[in-house]
Amino acid sequence: MLDCTPKEIKERTGGVINPAKTCQPIGAMYAALGIHRCLPHSHGSQGCCSYHRMHLTRHFRDPIMASTSSFTEGASVFGGGANLKTAIKNVFAIYNPDIMAVHTTCLSETIGDDLPTIIRTAEIPEGKLVIHTNTPSYQGSHVTGFSNMTKSMVNYLSEATLESKKEQVNIIPGFVNPGDMREIKRIVNTMGIKFIMFPDTSGVVDSPMTGEYVMYPRGGTRLADLKDTGNSKVTIALGSYASADAAGQLERKCGVPAVILKTPIGIKATDQLLMALRSQFAVEIPYELEEERGQLVDIMTDTHFHFHGKKVAIFGDPDIVLAMTEFVLSLGMQPIHVLTGTPATGGAIGTMVGNFEVEVQELLQEAGITGKVKAGGDLFELHQWIKNEKVDLLIGNTYGKYIARAEDLPFVRMGFPILDRSIHSYLPVVGYKGAMRLLEMISNALLERADRDARDEDFELVM
Amino acid sequence: MAVNEKVLEELLNRYPAKVKRNRKKHIIIKDAALARQEIEANTRTIPGIITNRGCAFAGCKGVVLGPLKDVVHIVHGPIGCAYYTWGTRRNKAKSEDPTKNFINYCVSTDMQESDIVFGGEKKLARMIDEVMEIFKPNCITISATCPVGLIGDDLQAVAKAAQEKHGVPILAFNCEGYKGVSQSAGHHIANNGLMEGIIGQGDWEEAPGKYPINILGEYNIGGDSWEVERILKEIGYTVIAVMTGDGSYEELKNAHVAELNLVQCHRSINYIAEMLEIKYGTPWLKVNFIGIQATIDSLRNMALYFGDPALIQKTEEVIARELARVEPIIEQYKKICQGKTAFCFVGGSRGHHYQGLFAELGIETVLAGYEFAHRDDYEGRAVIPEIKPDADTKNIPDLHVTPDERRFRLKLSPERMEELKKKIPLSDYKGMNIEMKDGSVIVDDLNHFETEEFIRLLKPDIFSSGIKDKYVVQKMGIPSKQLHSYDYSGPYAGFNGAVKFAEDITMAFVSPTWNFITPPWKNKPLLEGIVAEGGCSEC
Ligand code: SF4
Ligand code: SF4
Repeated sequence: MLDCTPKEIKERTGGVINPAKTCQPIGAMYAALGIHRCLPHSHGSQGCCSYHRMHLTRHFRDPIMASTSSFTEGASVFGGGANLKTAIKNVFAIYNPDIMAVHTTCLSETIGDDLPTIIRTAEIPEGKLVIHTNTPSYQGSHVTGFSNMTKSMVNYLSEATLESKKEQVNIIPGFVNPGDMREIKRIVNTMGIKFIMFPDTSGVVDSPMTGEYVMYPRGGTRLADLKDTGNSKVTIALGSYASADAAGQLERKCGVPAVILKTPIGIKATDQLLMALRSQFAVEIPYELEEERGQLVDIMTDTHFHFHGKKVAIFGDPDIVLAMTEFVLSLGMQPIHVLTGTPATGGAIGTMVGNFEVEVQELLQEAGITGKVKAGGDLFELHQWIKNEKVDLLIGNTYGKYIARAEDLPFVRMGFPILDRSIHSYLPVVGYKGAMRLLEMISNALLERADRDARDEDFELVM
Repeated sequence: MAVNEKVLEELLNRYPAKVKRNRKKHIIIKDAALARQEIEANTRTIPGIITNRGCAFAGCKGVVLGPLKDVVHIVHGPIGCAYYTWGTRRNKAKSEDPTKNFINYCVSTDMQESDIVFGGEKKLARMIDEVMEIFKPNCITISATCPVGLIGDDLQAVAKAAQEKHGVPILAFNCEGYKGVSQSAGHHIANNGLMEGIIGQGDWEEAPGKYPINILGEYNIGGDSWEVERILKEIGYTVIAVMTGDGSYEELKNAHVAELNLVQCHRSINYIAEMLEIKYGTPWLKVNFIGIQATIDSLRNMALYFGDPALIQKTEEVIARELARVEPIIEQYKKICQGKTAFCFVGGSRGHHYQGLFAELGIETVLAGYEFAHRDDYEGRAVIPEIKPDADTKNIPDLHVTPDERRFRLKLSPERMEELKKKIPLSDYKGMNIEMKDGSVIVDDLNHFETEEFIRLLKPDIFSSGIKDKYVVQKMGIPSKQLHSYDYSGPYAGFNGAVKFAEDITMAFVSPTWNFITPPWKNKPLLEGIVAEGGCSEC
């Protein structure tokens, strides 16, 4: 397995080998699915749309609907305006969404199609909406695409219509699973705070089996709510790479202050989310959540010997990896290799993103750990790092399985995409409950390995 | 309910007029009484239509080139296209020397904004250098993605310079996603490149064994080609090269020594088959290793081609033995599948190939079609002269080959060739439609709207297609079988594959999981218990 990867690391500048990121449009498509009765539309050749739908479908195992401008060579020469106009007409006539969310591809970006003008001059039926975002694949990553589409929702839809702000919070969950979005909503509900989550793919890409297919399932943020985000008292953006930009835009456009937090993975980040809600809305943390936290800490202390001191390599999307690094540190583990494929600067120049390398390094330094940290890296390099300094556990998306097999490492799947296991998208990794689940996955991976490797005389009943 | 012209018209009437006019030409209801039924294919998908189709890059790098295992495939473009074609197609490969198997690697120039503005040629050249240094492959391919053509990077020039520098073949493919109207354009581009750059470059003048053959258009999804090779090798054939499943540069370069080329997927590889015939005088035989009878027919046709009594006898022996082994098993599965109906909508050949296998299980295919085939895949190669090239097809250059002065050799006398052509599909393909029953529906480039509507009308028991529509159909309570990826199962080819397929399809029918769709409270009035209690005075 991966027998052609040498241990010796040499600098490379020709591109990536075994990427840890993909292109912007897939993130935009995913975000757009988080609007109720929205059809994402890919403005480019058919291939991109097909690939993005396939990949999202494999991860969620649920229908992923999106249309395409189906560029041919002619459109590439003369521009895709006519294609988009035809597409808009046909989409509303045949598939009848309430809103179409158009994103570009590297083709339409390179051509330089002027989307606002095309959309303005297109035939859009009464009461229907078309929004767009630019997602050039040669910048950032799929996380940037998610961020850009979310920001466009603000640009097109958010409005400040009231004199004073409502006692409600906007929550931007970031590029996470519907199971995570549901868990965040449960937490905020438990605190008794009114909220608008956007985008919200729960109920869309985890829709139930009913024996009937509905093209637009019940889930997704309602258009009225998206509009109302401009009236909220505060926006909590979870994950700086995926969510901060939209929150910043909402602050500029509608005067809703933005609070940027980590994706609430692990105990510290969840504490921070609860503390932010507590102080913003002056509500006490209900016992139900305090109890969950207590249970989590109980498990952490009771089983610390299962994971303490173990060396870990973590890769994936920047917001997820940052929070996950913090969590394994609170478990006493040693994240010595931390990598994201998303470049440090995230998206276009001037957009609000975090600073992955600096933030992760700060966490490591605080814990007194020296480790390799990289933004814009690839899995070829991560594999080489591991060859040079072994770890006890690998955490990352499905693509990590090749490294795990090559180096015989226990492997915990988390993040996007997970293509070889199911159910993950329904169950949370966020919040205290999510942290328990992660802890179970980590412990099980390590203990199963210990069982596998134990000699008969060392094989234990109780561990 | 069957679909008749009136029902079809009603369905189409729900389209905007322009779309209706277009789609009408892509759908036919089979009627053998008509002298001919023309179907439109390989034309543009209308913008806004939710299609299953992909792009030329997918057909070139994803389908034809990707499976070549000892070749490093560089994708020149932004990251996405390379990423999505990494390990997703299930074209399995194994190598004696694992350091010469690059199948699990994904190499992309990951173009950034500055590369788009100032050109990506230098970065590509650096990537080639790095690949040579790290992997030392015997061959490299470079595939272009959408923006590359627009910014004017000269891939061919970069490849040529690198080839001179490194001394190994470096092939560039201008398979930008906007070319043609589907994956099909990419197949053609890949076929041309392999023919020009690899096939015939080896120095073999003679085959190393008896009955040398190539297997074309077989991609070893789920291990299909390993099952086919198991049978062929036992009969006594020498497999020179498989194009391209578990294939390699090292085998492909000597493919010219074969005496016969088998064509499994006609759509994706017929160009090479034809060019091999012109250049080396080697005819091709349309085979189909999906389904027991189709496999048997293919084996018999091959034996007849070589005409050697010993080979014919060995073929019959293997067939008899395999049949005795698998038929009783299939019979068991058939008891469950008998009388059911299927939709079979797949890429460019499986829409046809799987119908026979379904029939062997007692399942009738009531709707079939291809995602990106041409008219000849439906109506047979006889229509090729009638197909007028349009602007989209003209953009894909034809490669004109001529007989190889040294190596061209007629494998059969013209008389024998003519005689055989009457008996076996030699250098010919009769298409899918001819084998379909009257009243069945044939749809080219089936889209989401039509999928939903035809399912409502025909209520099939199983739907076979790809990943994008799989869960749409399953939400309706109908099992869906991916026939691109086999739902991570397989092989489905040959005798063992037929058994595996029967097992998987039966599993889809008998799985108890389907029984829970309706919650028990849905058909029960809420107050039933109380009413019963109150009204039980009589008993
Ligand atoms: S990189 Fe560009 S061409 Fe490739 S899938 Fe992404 S948007 Fe499409
Ligand atoms: S069998 Fe189908 S999926 Fe495979 S290459 Fe041929 S057309 Fe494509």
